[in-house]
Amino acid sequence: MASGVKPRVKVPKSAAAGETITIKTLISHIMESGQRKDSDGNIIPRSIINRFTCDFNGQSVIDVKMEAAISTNPYFEFDALVPEAGEFKFTWYDDDGDVYEETKAVAIA
Amino acid sequence: MKTKLLSRVLGTAALSALVFAAPVLADEDAELIVNGDLELVTKTAAPAHLSDSLDEILSGWRFRSDGTQAMQLDDFDNPGMLGAEEGLFQFETTMGSDGKACSDCHNGPESLSTVRATYPKWNEDAGEVRTIQMQINDCLTTQMGAEPEKYDSTKMLNFEAMLAVVARGTPINVAIDGPAQSTWEQGKEIYYTRFGQLELSCANCHEDNYGTMIRADHLSQGQINGFPTYRLKNTKLNGSHSRFKGCIRDTRAETFNPGSPEFIALELYVASRGNGLSVEGPSVRN
Repeated sequence: MASGVKPRVKVPKSAAAGETITIKTLISHIMESGQRKDSDGNIIPRSIINRFTCDFNGQSVIDVKMEAAISTNPYFEFDALVPEAGEFKFTWYDDDGDVYEETKAVAIA
Repeated sequence: MKTKLLSRVLGTAALSALVFAAPVLADEDAELIVNGDLELVTKTAAPAHLSDSLDEILSGWRFRSDGTQAMQLDDFDNPGMLGAEEGLFQFETTMGSDGKACSDCHNGPESLSTVRATYPKWNEDAGEVRTIQMQINDCLTTQMGAEPEKYDSTKMLNFEAMLAVVARGTPINVAIDGPAQSTWEQGKEIYYTRFGQLELSCANCHEDNYGTMIRADHLSQGQINGFPTYRLKNTKLNGSHSRFKGCIRDTRAETFNPGSPEFIALELYVASRGNGLSVEGPSVRN
């Protein structure tokens, strides 16, 4: 596992049925592009998060393919419709095969 | 003739449009409320020692654009909080030959909540004015047997950010009298001294001309209540001494170095100009 990786998610604890809520996500990650060289001239190997997904009760909300030009600590903010109580599941896929997951439950107020 | 007149009128109109075209400025009346519940003082009466020069003091937050301001309204959006989080991790990490962590002596960062607002501060035992970073280094070397950290290094700024978070909302209150007074006087002297080929003092921009534009920059009062500051320009936490250095460099002068006696004195003086503003750090600026 790449070091210092920590996912963070901010989701309201409750929402009205049919309400659109704003979700914020951030994962601390170096996002090394693979384009840079170290002081000896050797290429620093690429190490990025290449995909980010969010599901709600198994239904896809957002699915993002990420490329090397995305900067450190990628941050996503998006809106999602909450039709019923359930659980948001967030998944980040690392180049090295690691998968980071986070879940947040939303109640209907 | 007619067309000439018309073009002249148009020209004047265009010119006045230029003159009055306001740059993208902050909403001057906005209030800084973090996470929807912590209201910070970003505008207040100037401390007594400034009575000759300023009526009110303003946090740099008030001078930033709406987008930059918004980043500080929610801790989730504030990238400086990542540094503060890292600072807490460092706080609990064992460092040095004595096998101790900061948290072995200090009962959580909350026990240090008065630090950010009162430093730089006179240290009786050492007989000098100490900044937070000097004090941290003293702990690292004499209490923990660790190597000192470089001034304004990432690690140092992470510590500072952590200390700023636990002090957030408390008013800056550095002592300028007693044994600290001579250092404060020295800092004041530097503040009003013109440096560099451009012959600019801190006061020329931040006291005489705050609120106006210096080319593309909206001049603030140069308050340091928000430090350490996450700057969008270099996407990391910045220390006040590094900022001083950047400013003096921009006057095309040979600068002092972070951690130098000159900057320690200047930090004390500039901090005292913000006595009354809330500790805001880690703040977000451009």
